[in-house]
Amino acid sequence: MKYALLIYGAQLVPEALDAETRAGWIEYTRAAKEAGILLGAEQLAATDTATTVRVRGGQRLLTDGPFLETKEHLGGFFLIDVPDLDTALDWAARMPHTGYGTAEVRAVRTGMPWQAALG
Amino acid sequence: MGTDGDPVAGVLEHAYRDEWSAVVATLARRLGDLQAAEDAAAEAFAAAARVWPRDGTPPNPGGWLMTTAWRKAVDQLRANRTVAVDPEQFPEAGGETGDGVASVGGDDQLGLVFACCHPALALEVRVALTLRFVAGLTTRQIAAAFVLPEATLAQRLVRAKRKISGSGIRFEVPGPDRWAARLDDVRAVIYLVFNEGYAASGGEQLIDTDLCEEAIWLGRLLHRLLPEDTETAGLLALMLLHHSRAAMRQDPGGGAVLLENQDRSRWDAALIAEGTAILDAAVARRGPGPYQVEAAIAALHAAAGSFETTDWPQIAALYGTLARLSPSPVVEVNRAVAVGLADGPHAGLAILEPVLASGALTGYGPLHAAHADLLERAGLAAEAAAAWARAERAMGNAALQRELHRRRAAAAGSE
Repeated sequence: MKYALLIYGAQLVPEALDAETRAGWIEYTRAAKEAGILLGAEQLAATDTATTVRVRGGQRLLTDGPFLETKEHLGGFFLIDVPDLDTALDWAARMPHTGYGTAEVRAVRTGMPWQAALG
Repeated sequence: MGTDGDPVAGVLEHAYRDEWSAVVATLARRLGDLQAAEDAAAEAFAAAARVWPRDGTPPNPGGWLMTTAWRKAVDQLRANRTVAVDPEQFPEAGGETGDGVASVGGDDQLGLVFACCHPALALEVRVALTLRFVAGLTTRQIAAAFVLPEATLAQRLVRAKRKISGSGIRFEVPGPDRWAARLDDVRAVIYLVFNEGYAASGGEQLIDTDLCEEAIWLGRLLHRLLPEDTETAGLLALMLLHHSRAAMRQDPGGGAVLLENQDRSRWDAALIAEGTAILDAAVARRGPGPYQVEAAIAALHAAAGSFETTDWPQIAALYGTLARLSPSPVVEVNRAVAVGLADGPHAGLAILEPVLASGALTGYGPLHAAHADLLERAGLAAEAAAAWARAERAMGNAALQRELHRRRAAAAGSE
């Protein structure tokens, strides 16, 4: 099953990471790749550069900033393919930031009609 | 649900309790979907209710139900193919016709238990799932037991089933590296059900006997499936020993009867014997743990002819062991009570001091009740009355509140 491991934290601005944390993420990525479970991963730009888009009554509304103004923000994600939730939870817990931040684990839905357009 | 002597209805009712959970378990494992399993099982039991009175009870009712349920499930899968379906989810949906479908039994039921008790599910959700799908209680029965609207419980179950299939919780026994933690989770659910029945946390009645018996049923099931697990045996022994006092913990007016005042001749000797035997066998296997220690304490109470002749020093020592294995402020309160009885109230008060100072259990009635009792026996009447008042305010259960009110009035000398 495919899972998205969503990375939430208060301090995920790249420049603020110390050498040890950066090394932790490199090590984690390497481990996921070697385990053959990694489908993709991205680190997002800082949340204060985000723009929120909504369309209401035919009008496009832009907001300067992320979807939710919260203490923890979405910093990035790993996309993995593992047999079950327990395995996904194990990989989520191994992420370097979980000691002070949060990971959200959600399965990716497959076989959806819109995916036919992916080719 | 009376059978009025109708043999078929009797067999069906019997089959329902024994087989429904096993049928659901096997279906759930194969389909990876508890809702689909529940639906197929319901159809199979409905078919039995129609067909068995007409054609007679089959020689193997469980096998008949399992075969029929699987056929219903496959029919539904075929009907659902108009919607995109992940083929990986149905590895055995292929040729299985069902003659060899007598469930793998133990493994499937264990898999269901572990799935229902998965830590990714909220505790109240695990309780609802386990009582519904392992113990076979109806939504109405579970809602009544926890004093919840039936619609709330029903919605909780609907979301839970979606979470299980949507998040990839497998109906499988966990691997060796996860086993210990997950089994802890299962025992915690069973024990929570028992405790809810043992001293209902809200409401008028002190004991909801049905929940205790459901918890014991679950404990027996787990013990049967995992006969060598000592803590599972310890949990079952603990529940049996506690439950042996059920009849005597309330007076005819519904008031609480404390341990020291209970008529021990009316404790259930059969439950005590069974619990003690299971505990002894577990201890002999040398896999110590907190449930076994708690059961040993309960066994000492059960073996004592009276409150006064109870082996308090041994109980105090066992609470010391429990404090090492599974430390908590609540254990310290119980240890203080035992030490107070073994070595005098001042020794007990000394143990209670740090717990009171930490403020960890300010809203916990038994803490104040223990404090009040020790103060009273130490001759500190005014402090005792104040502590009884705190205990009465903190207790959520009306029957216990009445008892505490009585103690407070007695201590204040106004009765």
